[in-house]
Amino acid sequence: MRKTTRSLLAGLIATAFIAAPAFGQQKLKIGFISTFSGPQGVIGEDMKNSVELALDHLKRKVGGLDTEVIYGDDQVKPDVGKQVAEEMLKKHQVNFVAGIIWSNVMLAVAPTVTGAGTFMIGTNAGPNQLAGADCNEMFFTTSWQNDQTPEAMGKYMQDKGIQDVYLMAPNYAAGKDMLTGFKRYFKGRIVDEVYTRLGQTDYQAEISQLRSKNPKAVFVFYPGGMGIQFLKQYSEAGLRGLFPLYSVYTVDELSIPAVKHAALGQLETRYWSQDLKNPANEKFVGDYRKKYGGKTPSYYGAQSYDGIMLIDSAVRAVKGNLADKKGMIAAMRKADFASTRGKFKYGQNHFPIENFYLLKTVAGPTPTADPVMEIQETVFKDHKDAYGTACKMKW
Amino acid sequence: MNFVLIAEQTLNGLQLGVMLFLLAAGLTLVFGIMNLVNLAHGALYMVGAYLTTFFYQQTGSYALAVALGLAGTLVVGVVTELVALRTLYDRDHLDQVLATFGLILFFNELIVILWGRAAIYSTIPEVLAGHVELAGGFRYPIYRLMIIVIGLAVALLLWFVVTRTRLGMLIRAGASNRAMVAALGVNIRLLYTVVFGFGAALAGLAGLLAGPIYSVQPGMGELILIQVFVVIVIGGIGSIRGALAGALIVGMVDTLGRAFLKPALATVLSPTAADTAGPAIASMLIYLLMAVVLAFRPAGLFPSAR
Repeated sequence: MRKTTRSLLAGLIATAFIAAPAFGQQKLKIGFISTFSGPQGVIGEDMKNSVELALDHLKRKVGGLDTEVIYGDDQVKPDVGKQVAEEMLKKHQVNFVAGIIWSNVMLAVAPTVTGAGTFMIGTNAGPNQLAGADCNEMFFTTSWQNDQTPEAMGKYMQDKGIQDVYLMAPNYAAGKDMLTGFKRYFKGRIVDEVYTRLGQTDYQAEISQLRSKNPKAVFVFYPGGMGIQFLKQYSEAGLRGLFPLYSVYTVDELSIPAVKHAALGQLETRYWSQDLKNPANEKFVGDYRKKYGGKTPSYYGAQSYDGIMLIDSAVRAVKGNLADKKGMIAAMRKADFASTRGKFKYGQNHFPIENFYLLKTVAGPTPTADPVMEIQETVFKDHKDAYGTACKMKW
Repeated sequence: MNFVLIAEQTLNGLQLGVMLFLLAAGLTLVFGIMNLVNLAHGALYMVGAYLTTFFYQQTGSYALAVALGLAGTLVVGVVTELVALRTLYDRDHLDQVLATFGLILFFNELIVILWGRAAIYSTIPEVLAGHVELAGGFRYPIYRLMIIVIGLAVALLLWFVVTRTRLGMLIRAGASNRAMVAALGVNIRLLYTVVFGFGAALAGLAGLLAGPIYSVQPGMGELILIQVFVVIVIGGIGSIRGALAGALIVGMVDTLGRAFLKPALATVLSPTAADTAGPAIASMLIYLLMAVVLAFRPAGLFPSAR
């Protein structure tokens, strides 16, 4: 008798577990992968804040469905990112995977997600492979292709006729891509191209070399902590007044609080700025500041916010029928949502065709406020990336 | 290749070496006297940077902030020793590595809880922020010169303490034969706590000096700790003379390598080959140096007599 009761009980419990997922279909599940630990976790925090703000604006219903967002930490490692993505796909059965800061993590996660027939909505990394030969109909990005931002800086400096530029970047894939993108549009004289160790803390030796070469301008790519250190040391060596410093992905709203006036005068190119004038962006930046204690969002946040809005537009278009993947692909291609960058149009490879602006770091509104970045001029209008022609998708 | 550039890079190498020495001296003392592998040394460096930055923001006085930061790091070091490290002295090195690695994680998360994940803004007072004209157009930042001077002063102070005072005599005796020192009636536990506190203060000093020029963020200790271990291995474990020699050698080799290896290679190889080989070899140079030194002197350059 006891044995039968036990097996009956076990059978009941097992059925309950099998039946449970069936109820989950009415909910929309989005898996969001970013970096939440270590010093780079500050980027993940900005992205998560923006996703939460997007959910607030949509009253917690993306596309009209009750939404649950599951956050995962990739720890800047491709294998961890892949594990997290697989857990989201198999255990949580998410309908969309979004996020990812780093190109190397994206190259590991995107095929895993699209291979399982799930949408991958990138909100930062834009490796050239996914824009070219490896483009996929289930992959969409709300950011840019990595080369586009340095291309804009290259064009700006080429148009201004600046010669004798000194280039610096960390010695890894993205560092090389940035300088390649720059040189695609900049055809002037390059004094030297210097690659430093990834994660290097002390740049005094390189700064001394730079001074001895006497260039007319300096162009660097130093993301994260490397940027903070390079900027401080560049400023303290007294080079700010001597050689104008141009950069990409080095100074942003997240690193300015750590360097403050050492960033003043810095010129960067970007597809978005906190002072971009359109209703969606003004709402995003204004409400972000209200919700998060006066902090200004960065472009990572703007991209993540747009990612959620893109998903919303797609689910709304198929009236909540998440099984209609073809319908959602068609809806996303139309990109019929109010983006923080203004007009939003997709290229054949599911990468946006967008404007790029020159931003300058200027003093804040009050003497004690941090510097802010403001648009100076438009460098590119409706700029396409250089790899789209290698993509075989046609629509 | 002008003289000014070479002089400037030499000073840069000296400054990096002095910074590494401040960290290496504490670490090698602890390893040599107490036979304790302390991976959390980098965490004390981080604590020194954070405390000094915090106090400078609160009080506005750099001198006071430095004093409080050093004192604070000393207290944190002593408390850590009393609470966590006392039990590890008789354990295997692997156990010590595991335990102190756990301490690294603990301190990193504690800093994140107290100050957040982002790098905090750390600066130096205006009087130190300028340049000094050394010789014919050669300008060097005052702050970095100050680091060199402080580092050499600390080296002198350590030499004086170790060779001319009673405490130093006990330290040297403890490094040679711990059991005998205890048997002679010296309070070895108190000696260990004092030595560890001293090492913690040195790490804190390195941290507060590095804060304004590097980035003050969680995990900043780990970035520099690897180079410090290379210094100790090259210099010889347990020897302060070795730490100084090793630190200056590593600082010079790393800086001069990064600065001059690519141009030097360009004279023998094609420019594109030098472009790829130069930075790659420069980043490996200190490890290659360590391998070469170990091949000829397995115990390091100035091993302490055991």
